[in-house]
Amino acid sequence: MGMTLTEKILARHAGRPRVEAGENVWVNTDILMTHDVCGPGTIGVFRKHFGPGARVFDPERVVIIPDHYIFTADVHAHRNIEILRAFVKEQGIKYFYDPDFVKAEGFPSPYRDPQKTNYKGVCHIALPEEGHTRPGEILLGTDSHTCTAGAFGEFATGIGNTDAGFVMGTGKTWLRVPETMKFVLHNRLPEYLMAKDIILHVIGDIGVDGATYRAMEFDGEGVFSLSIEERMTICNMAIEAGGKNGIIPADELTENFVRARTNKPFEVVKSDPDATYHSVREYDLSRLEPTVAKPHSPDNRATAREVSDVKLTRAYIGSCTGGKIEDFEAAARILEGKTVSVATFVVPATTEVDSELDQRKVNGKTLRDIFKAAGAQTGPASCAACLGGPADTFGRLNGPEVCISTTNRNFPGRMGSKAAQVFLASPYTVAASAVRGYITDPREYLR
Amino acid sequence: MENETIRGKAYILGDDIDTDQIIPAEHLVYDLDDPEESKKYGTFALSGVPPDRAGLPEGGTPFVPEGAWRSRFQIIVAGKNFGCGSSREHAPFALAKAGVRAVVATSYARIFYRNSINGGYLIPATSREDLSRLFRTGDEVEIDVEAGMIRNLTQGLEKEMVPLGDVSAIIQAGNVFEYAKQVGMVSAA
Repeated sequence: MGMTLTEKILARHAGRPRVEAGENVWVNTDILMTHDVCGPGTIGVFRKHFGPGARVFDPERVVIIPDHYIFTADVHAHRNIEILRAFVKEQGIKYFYDPDFVKAEGFPSPYRDPQKTNYKGVCHIALPEEGHTRPGEILLGTDSHTCTAGAFGEFATGIGNTDAGFVMGTGKTWLRVPETMKFVLHNRLPEYLMAKDIILHVIGDIGVDGATYRAMEFDGEGVFSLSIEERMTICNMAIEAGGKNGIIPADELTENFVRARTNKPFEVVKSDPDATYHSVREYDLSRLEPTVAKPHSPDNRATAREVSDVKLTRAYIGSCTGGKIEDFEAAARILEGKTVSVATFVVPATTEVDSELDQRKVNGKTLRDIFKAAGAQTGPASCAACLGGPADTFGRLNGPEVCISTTNRNFPGRMGSKAAQVFLASPYTVAASAVRGYITDPREYLR
Repeated sequence: MENETIRGKAYILGDDIDTDQIIPAEHLVYDLDDPEESKKYGTFALSGVPPDRAGLPEGGTPFVPEGAWRSRFQIIVAGKNFGCGSSREHAPFALAKAGVRAVVATSYARIFYRNSINGGYLIPATSREDLSRLFRTGDEVEIDVEAGMIRNLTQGLEKEMVPLGDVSAIIQAGNVFEYAKQVGMVSAA
């Protein structure tokens, strides 16, 4: 009997010819990633249990990417950056993307030139940009959206501080081999839909706990017709269905993307044709509609048209889910030559995305100029208001706002105030809605 | 830890209680290891729950009184998918800091479940039926972990829980590090 892609990766890292769903196995980790919110706690666990003189299992395999609370005057947040810096120095960590402009007390002056800082921004987007995501590997991260990296044909999942402290010292963890749910995507997306519509549709079908403990594997010509960034959007939200990991087999596009960013060797792994799946679901991408998740749950699905009477006060384009360069290109296609009628916040995920805002153009105008002319405010790269954050966070919902957002969660209070309502949608739908001031099907503007 | 009986007042919540409700993101900045500063996690535990859902069935009962860091409730009873959302270990930590010793829900998000056990913060017990619809906030509840039973002393109800299985060895050891030392997987620091 064959194995799924996820089973094969776990078997190889357990040093075994085969594993079966339901088994607990000890695996070696290729990369451990942490950031400013969970890094200090992880370091605390590591020191407590391995002793004050302990060394990390491999200073080239522990990657530290501060991204959550960067542009804030919060003194505790600043202290957390200092803790990471001291640890990196002590341990000789090779890959640390330092927000080097965070130096003194008070609100930091953001980088002036996104190409002249060591800072990267949102870890899940920085990881692939910097060549840390590779097919066939195991990536563990102290952030639930670590599953984003499944788009590169690897096993990637989020863990807590205790597990991360253990991995930091040993390079190992135990994992229960998950059953795999297969999602076969047929045909291609029409030009008014994006990967966000696919994953919101899937989560609406199976619910926020529909994939708990399981792997979500995406297959079919539909998924391979998507760009790497769009594949990342799909895997990113596997956690919103409770999934342990999302995964898409690597193809030529994946290999080219990875080889352009790292010289490290990797081995592409594919599912066997006779692998056993928990379930198989099929979707015809040509028949989907622009989709939103209504407050206060990512599985509270509706079509954009069904909620077109919802009046908005806010729009937000950013995060690991919807803050990649293609997300901004999509938004710019709609915003070009128009003005927003609600306060609209644009937050590039990383400094690389930020710099691309000046390079990429729609109708001869840069994305940055399009957003400015439309009346949207652009902030520096970070997680920003996706998860609320400290009170001075850019774009945070501080009152009873009604917001449409390209982010991943709309739980009560997720973007700040418990009194706010958040609708999740694709960059097309968010941009169209920002123009009209009501939730809007992007087909109204994409003619 | 496992062999004891946990007794205390129950605090009732609904389905899909996510980690942003358990500990809102703005509070994730405090030092987890500092005995004084880490009390803040107790202060803000469950502060993200909308007031009408806080302490069911009536709602309107803050989990931790204003300005305090300990709750008068030691047992959380909830519906499905407890702890969904982010991987922040601050979530079970905050509940434990406020005095919670067990959560009883029909199902858990896996990262929260794993963090609770591996970090040794609280027992994530699984009930066979949704007790959040039967129990009331303030009921006196007793959990017999070994026997896998939960009793509502106020209402005179007794309900069965799903056995903890393999992870009870980790709970018994205290946390995953203690367990790993006991079985010789890692050497003592």
